[in-house]
Amino acid sequence: MSTTRKRVYGYLAEFKSASALYKAAEKVRDAGFKKWDCYSPYPIHGLDGAMGLKRSILPWFVFFGGMTGTATAFTLAYVTQVVLYPTVVQAKPVNIYTVPAFFPVMFELTILFSGFTVLFGLLGLMQLPRLNHPLFASKQFHRATDDGFFIAIEARDAKFSPVSTRDLLAEIGGDNIELVEEED
Amino acid sequence: MAAHTDHATHQDSGIKIPVLKREKLILNDRSYHWITDRICGIVENRQPLLWWMLFIPSALIAMIGVGGGLFHLVSTGVGVWGNTNRIMWGWPIVNFVFWIGIGHAGTLISAILFLTRQNWRTSINRAAEAMTIFAVMCAGIFPAFHVGRVWFAWFLAPIPNANGIWQNFKSPLLWDVFAVSTYFTVSLIFWFLGMVPDLATIRDRCKPGIRKVLYGIFALGWRGGNRQWSHYEMAYLLLAALSTPLVLSVHSVVSFDFATSVVPGWHTTIFPPYFVAGAIFGGFAMVLTIMVPARFIYGLQDLITMKHIDNMAKIILLTGTIVGYAYLMELFVAFYSGAIYEMDAFKFRIAGPYWWAYAAMMSLNVLSPQVFWFKACRENLWVVMIVAMCVNVGMWFERFVIIVTTLARMWLPGDWKTFSPSPQDQMLFVGTIGMFLMLFLLFLRFLPCINIAEVKWTKLESDPHFDDNEEHPDHGTTTIPAYQQELSSNTSNK
Repeated sequence: MSTTRKRVYGYLAEFKSASALYKAAEKVRDAGFKKWDCYSPYPIHGLDGAMGLKRSILPWFVFFGGMTGTATAFTLAYVTQVVLYPTVVQAKPVNIYTVPAFFPVMFELTILFSGFTVLFGLLGLMQLPRLNHPLFASKQFHRATDDGFFIAIEARDAKFSPVSTRDLLAEIGGDNIELVEEED
Repeated sequence: MAAHTDHATHQDSGIKIPVLKREKLILNDRSYHWITDRICGIVENRQPLLWWMLFIPSALIAMIGVGGGLFHLVSTGVGVWGNTNRIMWGWPIVNFVFWIGIGHAGTLISAILFLTRQNWRTSINRAAEAMTIFAVMCAGIFPAFHVGRVWFAWFLAPIPNANGIWQNFKSPLLWDVFAVSTYFTVSLIFWFLGMVPDLATIRDRCKPGIRKVLYGIFALGWRGGNRQWSHYEMAYLLLAALSTPLVLSVHSVVSFDFATSVVPGWHTTIFPPYFVAGAIFGGFAMVLTIMVPARFIYGLQDLITMKHIDNMAKIILLTGTIVGYAYLMELFVAFYSGAIYEMDAFKFRIAGPYWWAYAAMMSLNVLSPQVFWFKACRENLWVVMIVAMCVNVGMWFERFVIIVTTLARMWLPGDWKTFSPSPQDQMLFVGTIGMFLMLFLLFLRFLPCINIAEVKWTKLESDPHFDDNEEHPDHGTTTIPAYQQELSSNTSNK
């Protein structure tokens, strides 16, 4: 007798093509589900609208990350060149008017900080890295990174019901509908 | 308008603009699974004999040249490079600029061709980005070690030290430190993030075990959900938009090292665009040099098609011609300036003791790519490979001409020397070639060398509206583009 308890993660259904996934996503969206996702081996353009997702807010993070970089570079250059260690080289002034010489470093640090913000902002928004996920317990989910198109509706969604959600997925063209469970 | 177009006939309007057919990026209608299988197969199967035949010598060369060479250098002193006068510094600088230039094609393909929606980039961008990373690693060795006492290389970073001395932020050399390290870091982020979905593909194909755990860690738990793709696509777009000015800035900053100095032959405003064009030129040649054999060895002809090679050959032709224009414009500006020092510097380059380097640069960089005007040459892989090799060598000579011939005749006649690299100099340069090849072969062995997700995306059925074509009266098979329909309806309404 197994003593492990299982917790239901949700339903996983396969769709036969990107078009089928797109149309099914519109129907799941219109049925009012919130905690669900479409899985595909490559980004499907337009699926955001079909799922009712908003545009990613990542650019705002990156904008402020980049500005931090600009400010850091300016401060670093100004404080070291004008305040702490003023040295006359190349006949350039040792006051604020030497700022054009700081532009290359200001530009580079803007890009550097933006790059790091993209990396960490993206990981934060995607809620990654994580070592495991309930969906990985599915026998067919490995095809999502190969040639499979899936929709998973989570059990924590308010509209989820073991019977009608399954029927909905079958009705909109889902095959191989599977109840995914995670070990508690 | 729409009401009128219904009964307007397109054929008898007399307006017919020929439409070029788009060539397929994936041949033979390969399925998604075939693409996954073929690319992951490279990582999963035993490597062909040729891989070992290339890997063992390049690893040995890297070990002896870079490992042994640097050990000898650090334990003996930078004097073994013969850096006792200004011209002998030439060699490390030539090699630094050579490698950093090669590192430009990768980010160009990833970023600029992404922003301009050139979908053919998907088959080659991963390998080109890897090449960028490895080339910048090779490049970094030279400035790091030519500071003399490499254990003080941290003086390059603006960190407070006991002497109370700070870096000179007004110097192009410090700009270079920031530019190159930023370029390396951002390229690495770009490369890694681009690889995450493909690492997940490999992870999902692995049997449970240490391999699955390792690929799993680097795949970060990627699931391919659209809530992830949505942010991911935005991140990719942002990185492309950030890398585009970055890639243009890096070689510009490298060229500032020369252009801001008051040295005849260096002090020119043409340097930044000229260096950037040259970097793209040399980078694409290196992409061809390594991708044409790799495509053959691993049977990737359906993914890296002749169309891809044709496009790269055209870019080489274009940038090679820009570089040729820059060479000639340099001569013209020297002549037109009326400055005798400037004119003498160029006379010395062309007709001085280094005339052979100038002739090699001109013939390999400007003349050899001109064969790409002919379609037959772009389609013959032997010609493509020979031209790519010519460009690789030619671009090295370009840096040699710029740096060594200029340093050989500086302002003070007491400085005038003839350049000859020491054996240690040559050893390290050959070592970096071995290191570059070794790293690239390891990349082919362990990482997906073609962007699996993006290649799948270029298939026609990846469009979410692909099946909808059946619902249209013409079954989506119309060959008359919308603007022609509009043109014909406008004329028939008159």
